[in-house]
Amino acid sequence: MKHDAPLLSTHALTVGIAGRSFCRDLALSVQAGESLAILGRNGAGKSTLLSVLAGLRQPEAGEVLVDGESYAALGARKSARIRGWLPQSRSEAFSSTVLETALVGRHPHLGRWDWESEKDAEIARRALAAVGLAELAQRDLQTLSGGERQRLSIATLLTQAPRLYLLDEPVAHLDLNHQIATLELLAALARQERIASVMVLHEPGLAARFCTRALLLFGDGTTQHGPCQEVISSESLSRLYGYPLCEVGDGQRRWFVPG
Amino acid sequence: MPTRRRALLILAALAGLSLLSIAAALAVGSVAIGPVEVLSTLFGGAGGTAGDVVRSLRLPRALTGFACGGLLALAGALLQVLLRNPLADPYVLGISGGAGIGALLAIVLGLGVVGINGLAFAGALGAMLLVFGLAHGDGGWTQSRLLLTGVIVAAGCGAVVTLLLAIAPEDRLRGMLFWLMGDLSQTAAPQLVLILLALLLLVALPFARELNLLARGADLAQALGVAVRPVRGGVYVVASLATAAAVTHAGAIGFIGLIVPHLVRLATGNDQRLLLPASVLGGGSLLVIADTLARTVLAPQQLPVGVLTALIGVPVFLFLLSRAAPGRR
Repeated sequence: MKHDAPLLSTHALTVGIAGRSFCRDLALSVQAGESLAILGRNGAGKSTLLSVLAGLRQPEAGEVLVDGESYAALGARKSARIRGWLPQSRSEAFSSTVLETALVGRHPHLGRWDWESEKDAEIARRALAAVGLAELAQRDLQTLSGGERQRLSIATLLTQAPRLYLLDEPVAHLDLNHQIATLELLAALARQERIASVMVLHEPGLAARFCTRALLLFGDGTTQHGPCQEVISSESLSRLYGYPLCEVGDGQRRWFVPG
Repeated sequence: MPTRRRALLILAALAGLSLLSIAAALAVGSVAIGPVEVLSTLFGGAGGTAGDVVRSLRLPRALTGFACGGLLALAGALLQVLLRNPLADPYVLGISGGAGIGALLAIVLGLGVVGINGLAFAGALGAMLLVFGLAHGDGGWTQSRLLLTGVIVAAGCGAVVTLLLAIAPEDRLRGMLFWLMGDLSQTAAPQLVLILLALLLLVALPFARELNLLARGADLAQALGVAVRPVRGGVYVVASLATAAAVTHAGAIGFIGLIVPHLVRLATGNDQRLLLPASVLGGGSLLVIADTLARTVLAPQQLPVGVLTALIGVPVFLFLLSRAAPGRR
């Protein structure tokens, strides 16, 4: 473990799918305590890039380093103790309870013959409480609503307790209060536990408010990234979404609405 | 999720059930033998007709039945995880079809038990390699691709089996039909399948928690620290070998591989650390009980055991399904 290495860095990263290129020669670096928002239109490659960053998909070229090492060098188990990944969609073939589902986050921390201990269950229960699902611990997950499932996925991630959170649409399916609660939870983790996060967002106002930096994927292979203050503006967003947006603000917070 | 203590208690209870089912298989039949006599023939080496019947007929048959039932249930549980499909059974990937072609060909050619078993196993391995090779496109396979390839290969094998039945001589048809429905009356020594059952279970158990994650999706499992590709390949090989061995020894006994993992899942949840060994014990017991009934219900007529497994399994399954609390399904 190199102490000065960023939690996530990419070098000359090129990501594409079926002949389309989403980013070329991307050099990113995310330090502990930072959070990076990925913005772009539908199909611009946000989720594909995120799964490359998570080591779930090979890039076309270049490399991804977590904590200074490649996923191949770390192996699946060690990687899972450093980075966590929130999928955009889930499908359950079999039933299980909410608590059991949150407990799978403990997997990388347990030895081959270990069973989840009371301590692990306590960690999972605390994670469920953090997303407001404590009461539903014994419910079957197939009885949950879409938003409850989303919060359960976040609880599973909290149970995993990685240092790098890679989140594919963390506020999808959530109502407004839970959207803010979830992003505030991540911001608190960044302050208190120095986690780093990369998240795909659809709402530039939330990105500007909760993230330190932003990466815009224009969908044609060109990208722009930097501090939110510089990158997120009505001009760049209008180009990004192909629709004129104007900025409204109260001096502290900025919001972008279709013009 | 059961605690380790609860899991061990459930397994102990199922082990008791297994012993009871085997004991019943030893005692019941055309010659009824009392429990005390059974014990004395097993451990005291008592001679006479009873000793012969128990030691050389009923015991090998019961043990082979137990091993085959265990192998089928293990394969079914593993394939349901691998394909993330609760409807998967050991035969869904065409392994029994391949074995069927081999076995029926051997029967048509008039080969003995060794020839039938040999060709059946060769056919099972052939189908397994064919499905794996075809489904393994560029950079690994997906569940749906593997499932579709398996279903198509199974359909092709089914056609060849029908062809063999159509051109087979009249006097061989009954043997062929019994093989296809599953039959334990031609069983040889049980040692090989018992050892294989123990071996495959021991190989699979250390990966049980990985399988729990795999059942929730490959990407999620990978993100949580499972080396997905080697584990999936291993699951495929273990499930295929288990199916091939069971089918080779006992024919294509239906239903055990589908229904036993579901029964266990309904009763204890979907933790593979408990589900895999419990399925083995439950599947073994169910097949031993079914086979005992198959050779006694209409004695001296012997029924194909595959008919009995379905006749027992369907009502038990429907009962458990209707009893399952809403929301715990």
